[in-house]
Amino acid sequence: MTAAAPGTERIRRHQWLASMGSAVRTPRGAAGLGLAGFVVAVAVIGPQVAPDSPGALLTLPFAKPSGRFLLGADFLGRDVLSRVLDGGWLLLLMAVAATVLGIAAGAAAGISAAYLRGRPDGLIMRTVDVILAFPQLVFALLLLSILGPRLWLIVLAVGLTHAPAVARVLRSATLDISERDFVKVAELQGMRPAAVMAKEILPSLSTPLMVEAGLRLTYSIIIMAGLAFLGFGQPPPAPSWGTMINENRAGLALNPWAVIMPALLIALLTVGTNLLTDAVGRAALGVDRRPGEAALADALDPAPNRAGNRA
Amino acid sequence: MTEPRAVRRPEPEPATEPGGPGGSPSPARPRAARDAHPVRHLLGRRAAAGLFTLCVVSVLVFAATEVLPGNAANAVLGRTAASSPAALHRLEAALHLNRGLLDQYWLWFSGLFTGHLGHSLVNGQPVWGYAAPRLINSAVLMAVTGVIGAAAGVALGALAALRRDGWFDHICAVTALAVTALPEFVVAIGLIILFSTVVTHLLPAVSLLPPGSYAWNAPRLLILPVATLVVVIVPYIQRMTRAAMIEALESDYVEMARLKGVPMWRIVLVHALPNATAPVIQVIGLNFLYLAGGVVLVEYVFAFPGIGQGLVDAVENRDIPVIQFIVVLLAAFYVFMNIVTDVIALLVTPRHRIPR
Repeated sequence: MTAAAPGTERIRRHQWLASMGSAVRTPRGAAGLGLAGFVVAVAVIGPQVAPDSPGALLTLPFAKPSGRFLLGADFLGRDVLSRVLDGGWLLLLMAVAATVLGIAAGAAAGISAAYLRGRPDGLIMRTVDVILAFPQLVFALLLLSILGPRLWLIVLAVGLTHAPAVARVLRSATLDISERDFVKVAELQGMRPAAVMAKEILPSLSTPLMVEAGLRLTYSIIIMAGLAFLGFGQPPPAPSWGTMINENRAGLALNPWAVIMPALLIALLTVGTNLLTDAVGRAALGVDRRPGEAALADALDPAPNRAGNRA
Repeated sequence: MTEPRAVRRPEPEPATEPGGPGGSPSPARPRAARDAHPVRHLLGRRAAAGLFTLCVVSVLVFAATEVLPGNAANAVLGRTAASSPAALHRLEAALHLNRGLLDQYWLWFSGLFTGHLGHSLVNGQPVWGYAAPRLINSAVLMAVTGVIGAAAGVALGALAALRRDGWFDHICAVTALAVTALPEFVVAIGLIILFSTVVTHLLPAVSLLPPGSYAWNAPRLLILPVATLVVVIVPYIQRMTRAAMIEALESDYVEMARLKGVPMWRIVLVHALPNATAPVIQVIGLNFLYLAGGVVLVEYVFAFPGIGQGLVDAVENRDIPVIQFIVVLLAAFYVFMNIVTDVIALLVTPRHRIPR
């Protein structure tokens, strides 16, 4: 290695921090961070500041908002404000867990498929094809119908449905990187394949990993809120935004806030994470390409070009 | 300005890599493959891969029910299984659980083609009789959504490309970025609040059809479900059309046509649009794929008697024969649409048609 190598290495490794930094300075990134940050704050601080117990029956079903109950009551006469404040943290936690799971499994599969080539590659990518043949929500429903609606199972099901898509993206990114000189050097030094993948290839993939993580987090929230809405989430007495929308639908004409608030929070959260992901993806590349070319490449084939044009 | 990135975009399989990762690398193509017509070649490989995937899917879906602790009959009957062995035996016979595993699979798999899919565990109706009308309703919903969504998306995208960086383009871009991230049931609830409960009472909030009638008997009931799905798919189509149109409009042949003095409408319709169709068709196909999953939540919200609502009902009741059938059907549709999309995209791109 030449004297310049350690320096370039450092830039390469911390590039994702730089793109994160420049992303939040763009209007989109700032808006995304603001929206998502607001909802996360509500979900995290909410349980501490909720005026009432989320499970207590306090007033008439679907009571209109009043000075005592700022957002009115739900279908059993529980305080909507308290339930909204208490109903987000578990959704967030589960979405993050599913995302981490999906990214980890997908990255492991995609990187080893691309680096090992040959038989493992074929085997992994055929498995990916099979899982991709189910729509995500349908796959989750199938698993839940068989094993019963348990929270860890929902996390597992959603994480598992993310993995194939992540694997495809990271496979194409790795194909390009595994031809680079620094990988060859590591191989010639006698590094074992697992070490090459973990120590040389993985750090170079930080940006596609980050963009994928943002994208999958948005999906996770959408699918989990949807599953809760369908009745496959926390069991009934617990407050959860998706569940609240469904159970209070019948009273829309009486107290719409019991539906509007949880729906609004879910919408702000997903729009926020999407805006932020978009800003990070743009910051990570596209600077060195013509706008038209970047737009088409983005639209046609988001990740592979992303990885290929960096470094 | 680059294009915003899409959430929930179904991952396309690149049409230029027909063999997939497991296939032989393209530079060293065998002679026979070089002689074959590329479209036929791709179609054959894709169909074979698709059939293989579907077989694995059917085994998986079937095996899934074997994972049930005890067996399916026990799971369905719950506690009553222990108290009434007669009911347990009847159910085991109905599910063919008293036969060997391979036998069971074969009975079920051949049933997929002959229509003998067994009976619903909830109401005893034959699965096919239960699913067929729902299938038709869902197909109507998806077809209407697809046509309206594609037309609206292509029109908006082409307009945005022509007035690039104008106010219309900016409004479209920002709206699309926000809308793509919205869960479909939130969009549906929003439309219900706006049009059928809180703000106005213009449209029915639920799309319950009387039994025996189909979606086209009551077009008013289709409006909100279709509107929800259109809102969800238009941003993707619009964005792709815009990107493809901009690429085409910046090309040398459009520049040439401009310099020759060809009128603008002719440039757009004759020169640019045909060259922008391949990616647009691909994204429309991918949105049909998305619809296969998206109808589940939207049908549930509006109580629309389609296949998606049928699946949710079946999952709630653990109605295993119905779940198996609907899941395999949706997977088959998914695989089939993937192939169709790739082949159409290949057919409309002239340079891909030429045998190499």
